[in-house]
Amino acid sequence: MSIEVRNITKRFGAFAALKNVSLLVPTGELVALLGPSGCGKTTLLRIIAGLERAEEGSVLFDGVDIAGRAVQHRGVGFVFQHYALFRHMSVFENVAFGLRVRPRRIRPDEKTIRERVNRLLSLVQLESQSHRYPSQLSGGQRQRVALARALAVEPQVLLLDEPFGALDAKVRGELRSWLRRLHDEIRMTSVFVTHDQEEALEVADRVAVLREGVIEQVGTPDEVYHHPATPYVFDFLGRVNVFHGRWLKGLQASGSAFPADGPDEAGTVFVRPHQLDISHQAAGSDGFPARVRHINPAGPLVRVELLSEWGQPVHVELSQERYRELGLARDAQVYVVPKEMKVFEADYAI
Amino acid sequence: MNDSDMQRPPTVPGHPWGVALRTFARRRGAVVLRSWPWGRWILIAMALTFLAVFLVVPLVAVFVEAMKKGWAVYWAAVSEPAAWSAVKLTLLVAAIAVPLNLAFGIVASWCIAKFEFRGRNILLALIDIPFSVSPVISGLIFVLLFGAQSRLGPWLAAHDIKLLFAVPGIVLVTVFVTFPFVVRELIPVMEAQGREEEETALSLGASGWQTFLRVTLPNVKWGLLYGVILCNARAMGEFGAVSVVSGHIRGETNTLPLHVEILYNEYQFAAAFAVASLLALLALVTLVLKKSLEWKVRRALRAGQEREGGPSGVPA
Repeated sequence: MSIEVRNITKRFGAFAALKNVSLLVPTGELVALLGPSGCGKTTLLRIIAGLERAEEGSVLFDGVDIAGRAVQHRGVGFVFQHYALFRHMSVFENVAFGLRVRPRRIRPDEKTIRERVNRLLSLVQLESQSHRYPSQLSGGQRQRVALARALAVEPQVLLLDEPFGALDAKVRGELRSWLRRLHDEIRMTSVFVTHDQEEALEVADRVAVLREGVIEQVGTPDEVYHHPATPYVFDFLGRVNVFHGRWLKGLQASGSAFPADGPDEAGTVFVRPHQLDISHQAAGSDGFPARVRHINPAGPLVRVELLSEWGQPVHVELSQERYRELGLARDAQVYVVPKEMKVFEADYAI
Repeated sequence: MNDSDMQRPPTVPGHPWGVALRTFARRRGAVVLRSWPWGRWILIAMALTFLAVFLVVPLVAVFVEAMKKGWAVYWAAVSEPAAWSAVKLTLLVAAIAVPLNLAFGIVASWCIAKFEFRGRNILLALIDIPFSVSPVISGLIFVLLFGAQSRLGPWLAAHDIKLLFAVPGIVLVTVFVTFPFVVRELIPVMEAQGREEEETALSLGASGWQTFLRVTLPNVKWGLLYGVILCNARAMGEFGAVSVVSGHIRGETNTLPLHVEILYNEYQFAAAFAVASLLALLALVTLVLKKSLEWKVRRALRAGQEREGGPSGVPA
């Protein structure tokens, strides 16, 4: 089932949480709503679920406006960040809840309920925990119970609100790829909210980047990462160095030259740390002198923090080979050379 | 112990901060007392003396005084028709006031804890009025509202509705005085529970009523029971407000506390204490119930905490 959000506006008092937002989620896709806290992503998810009401705009499931349909009748599975498991019920009863509360005429019999719950528990690999209570489970297990419970009512749409936000980094990473595999298996239209760009890029088919109640860009992870539509998207998806400057036959950013063409006006250069290189000699007019301030060689890439002549911190990521080749040390005077970059013409402050 | 050690309480792996802080406080307290060895015993003696003088002695005195003239007098005092009717009236009033406040308390606390609306804080303050106003004044308010001199008075008289100096009046003031107990117990529990479990239940297709019965209520049941017990204790023991509206008609509008007062004023000390001992017994039963509830809840909580943090929980 496809989800379409048309011109949604939502206010909380004087605060506009969503401003005229439109979004299409095609059938079977997994879409991430990505943005910092307070950008309206959770509000949008809750409006789709019917837990919140929008002042303007409409939500359509398969082209049908569902404004009048209460949350019970929308056929959505909703998973909360903090699991929201029924703490007085066992894992089994949690998953069975949605089936047990059905009106008598469409309620499955006990045997069917048992079968379906057990099937779901084996899907989330928790068969052995069915008699336990939520307080006896770890965070990752609880979130999987929440997922099985949402799937038990065979929803048309799965909505996840920061599903891994409360878990530690290792479990989060593993659960993330598991969710991706699960989605490939069941192919249910899903929307999930996250503030973690890595998570969004890794799991989702498409990513919608939100900022202060507005969708800045929607695209595949590849598109939003490599071809960001706005400086904000560029900045939000990964670490970035920002140089403010002026076009002058190439960009004179902060007193240094960048090899780029453009009109004679203010501009901003965005360079990701891995798009910068370090050399011991000045390479023509490219690059600028800087002093090494800190080196962190732990990890797949070596992170080097430098201080430019005009006092701006610059972050560079080098491969381990390149780092060894250069033989960098603290307080060394070097040149920073951009390999590639993205220029946004209007001056943009972060 | 250097400065940074002092600021950071010792943490035990896998334990919540609360435990760590408590351990820390206990240790610091122990340090203070170790430097002053007599202090511990003096403090304990003071606390025990205070407890004995203000709590144990009066309670024992009630039973001793009640038995002073022997079983026969005791039995006569509690089995006398006026005493019996007071017992019955007290139980009747509690039987009406407690369920009313139970229902009303659940509704009010649910609205206040789970929803943001204009006037929420005003409502919260209003709920506390029965606690902050002297019970005598509460009684007086009802006299002024429904008495013969009030605006409603003539209308009530014309329709032959007797509120004051009758059972309905007693029930009304008791409901008023005991109103905050259930609400005050439930609000923190419901706020802690949040809306998410209920929203989940709704998204799973449960109706509002099913959500309330299967999700909201089971989660607050201990708080609710606790509130009901306190509410009941107060409903049976209320004196001030009831005294103003009851009219002290023996055998008709006398509750147990009022009956005790009458007997005492008539210099029937043994009888007064005998009836008082009934009330004290009711209070003790209430206390035991409350304690066993607290114990049960704590045990359930501890069991939950100990089992927390099992295997890492990632599917293979």
